[in-house]
Amino acid sequence: MARYKRPEINLVPVPSPNIIPERDVGKFPVLEARNLGIDFGGLTAVDEFNMAIGCTEIAGLIGPNGAGKTTVFNLITKVYQPTRGTILLNGRDTLNMNTVQVSKAGIARTFQNIRLFSNLSVEDNVKLGMHNHIKYGMWSGILRLPGYWKGEKFAHELAMELLSIFDMQDLADHQAGSLPYGAQRRLEIVRALATGPSLLLLDEPAAGMNPSETDELMENIVKVRDTFQIAIMLIEHDMNLVMGICEGICVLNFGKIIAKGTPSQIQNNPEVIEAYLGKKKET
Amino acid sequence: MKKIRKTSYKNFLIYGFVILAYAVLRLLDGTVGISASLKGQLVPICAYVVMAVSLNLTVGVLGELSLGHAGFMSVGAFTGVVACMSLEAIIPLVPLRMAVSMIIGALCAGAAGVLVGIPVLRLRGDYLAIVTLAFGEIIKNIINCLYVGTDARGLHVSFLTNSDALNLGENGRVIIDGPMGISGITKVSDFTTGVVLILVTLFIVLNLVNSRSGRAIMALRDNRIAAESVGIPVTKYKLMAFVVSAALAGAAGTLYAMNYSTIVASKFNFNTSILILVFVVLGGLGNIWGSIIAAAVLTIIPELLRQFNDYRMLVYAVVLILVMLATNNPALRNLLRRVVGRVSPSKIAKEEPSDGQI
Repeated sequence: MARYKRPEINLVPVPSPNIIPERDVGKFPVLEARNLGIDFGGLTAVDEFNMAIGCTEIAGLIGPNGAGKTTVFNLITKVYQPTRGTILLNGRDTLNMNTVQVSKAGIARTFQNIRLFSNLSVEDNVKLGMHNHIKYGMWSGILRLPGYWKGEKFAHELAMELLSIFDMQDLADHQAGSLPYGAQRRLEIVRALATGPSLLLLDEPAAGMNPSETDELMENIVKVRDTFQIAIMLIEHDMNLVMGICEGICVLNFGKIIAKGTPSQIQNNPEVIEAYLGKKKET
Repeated sequence: MKKIRKTSYKNFLIYGFVILAYAVLRLLDGTVGISASLKGQLVPICAYVVMAVSLNLTVGVLGELSLGHAGFMSVGAFTGVVACMSLEAIIPLVPLRMAVSMIIGALCAGAAGVLVGIPVLRLRGDYLAIVTLAFGEIIKNIINCLYVGTDARGLHVSFLTNSDALNLGENGRVIIDGPMGISGITKVSDFTTGVVLILVTLFIVLNLVNSRSGRAIMALRDNRIAAESVGIPVTKYKLMAFVVSAALAGAAGTLYAMNYSTIVASKFNFNTSILILVFVVLGGLGNIWGSIIAAAVLTIIPELLRQFNDYRMLVYAVVLILVMLATNNPALRNLLRRVVGRVSPSKIAKEEPSDGQI
C-alpha cells in the first residue's frame, strides 16, 4: 500500500534522552522540548515530555485519543504556556514568547478541525500566511504607493507558486470556505508553508481523507520536506501514513511518552501495542 | 495582477456611482429643482453615508459590534467646529478651512479611538459592545460639561463650571457653552464638500480593505486563532480598524455639525449610534454598496413619510422590518445573485480582452 518504502535510517542519541536522524547530527535540532509539562488545575495533561526533531526530519506523534497530542502542539505554538520545562527552537529558548512571536520564529501549524479564513479567497488565505514577509504598511496600502504594488506582486507570484505545489493554482479565486474538504486541508498546509517555517506542525492532516487522497498527501508531505528542507511533525491516526513517511515516531499515552524510535521499533514495542490494543489475556 | 485589476474595477464602479448621483442631483437642482426638504437632507445624507461606511469597517470587516460610533462623530463635530471657528481669521478661504477642520476633527476622533481602543479591544463580542455603548454616553456627558472660548490670547477651556470661568478677554467669544452646545455656527458644509468626503472615505476604506492590512483585519474576523498562528498581531490590527473607523466618523461629525447653526451633544446619543448600525446591518455586513444605499434611503424615508404625521416612525419601523425580511429571503437573494452573477463576468471579460484566446 505504502508507495514510500524509504530506506530505514539510523537514529542516534543526542546529548539528552532524545534521538534525531543521523544526517541531522551536527546541526541544531529544529525543536527540542525538555521536561515539558502542563497542568490544567489538578489535571496533568502532559508531563515529562522530551523530544528533539532533526532539522529535516519527518517526525510523528501518535497515541490513543486524549493522550495529549494536540496539547503538545498547543504548547509548542504557545496557545498554552507550559507549566514546566523548556522549548528550544533552533537552539533558542521560547520562554515568554506568544503565538505570534513563535510563528515569526519559524513554527507553522495546521489545525485538527480546519481553521481557514473561510470568507476570503484561496489566494488571500495564502497571502495571509506570508503576512510578515510582505513589507508595506497601512499608508502604502491606502495611498497605493509603489511599495504596495511591489509587495502585492511578490505576494501574488509566491502564492501561485506555493499553490501549484498542491495543484491548487486554478482554485486561487475561489472562496476558501466553499472548497471541498480535502482541498481545504491542503490549503491549510499551503498557508502554513507560506509563513516560511523551519518546523511545520500538521495536526491530523489525513483526517477524513480516502486512501487515494492519503497517498497523495504522503507524496506531498515528502515533497514539501525535500523542496523546502524543513522539519515536519505530524499527529496522525492513519498508521499507513505514519509508518510510511515518519522517520522518528513518538508515542504518547496519558500525557507521557511511552516509546520513541523508528517505525519498525514502534511497531514491535509491547507497551505501544498494549496502549492501543490492551493487555494480552493471561492464558 | 488580474485580481487587483478586478477589485479596482469594482471600486471604480462605486466611485462612479457616487459621482453620478452627485451629478444627477446637481442637474435636477439646476433645472427642475428639488424639494426643499430633500435639499436640506443632502449634507446629513453625506455625513450618514460616511458614518455607515466607516462603521462597516468595524462591524463588517473587523467583525466587532460597536454601539458608540456616534461618540466619535460627536468628538469630530465639536473639535471640528471649534477649529473652524478659531481658524476663521487665519484661513479665510472656506473650502480650505473646512478641510483643515475636518482633518482636525478626524485626528481628535482618531485619538479618542486609540484611547478607547487600547483597553476595549482586549474584550470580545458583547462585552466590547457594552463598553463602546458606555463610551458614547461618557463622551456626551463630558461635552455637556465642557466650556470652550476664544479671544486674542487663544483658546480657553474650562470643565464643570460655567462660561464665566473661561476669563475671556475683550472681543472674546464662547464657542462651546456646556449643555447649550455650540450656537451661531456659520454653515459652511455643502453638498459638494459632503460628496468629496464620501469619495475620500471610500478611497481610504476600499484601499485599506484590499491591502495587506485589510486582509489581516478580515482574517481576525474569520478566525482569530488561525490568524495568530500565521503571525498576525491581533491587537494591532483591531486597533487599526477601530481607529480608522473612528477618524472617519470624526470627519463626518465635522461635516454634519457645520450644516447647522446650533449643535448640542445630546444630538449624538445612543439612538444615533443605533441608527448608523441599522444602516450597516441593513446594507449587509461588509458590503460597502449596501451601506451607501441604506444610509441614503433610510435618511430620506422619514422625510417622505411626513404625510403619515404621527404614524411616521411606526411606518418607518414597518418598512425596516419588511426590507430586512426581503433581503434575507433566500429565494430573493439567489435571484439577485443570479442577475448580478450574469452581468459581472461578461463585463469583466470585456475589461480584459487579453484573457480571451491567444
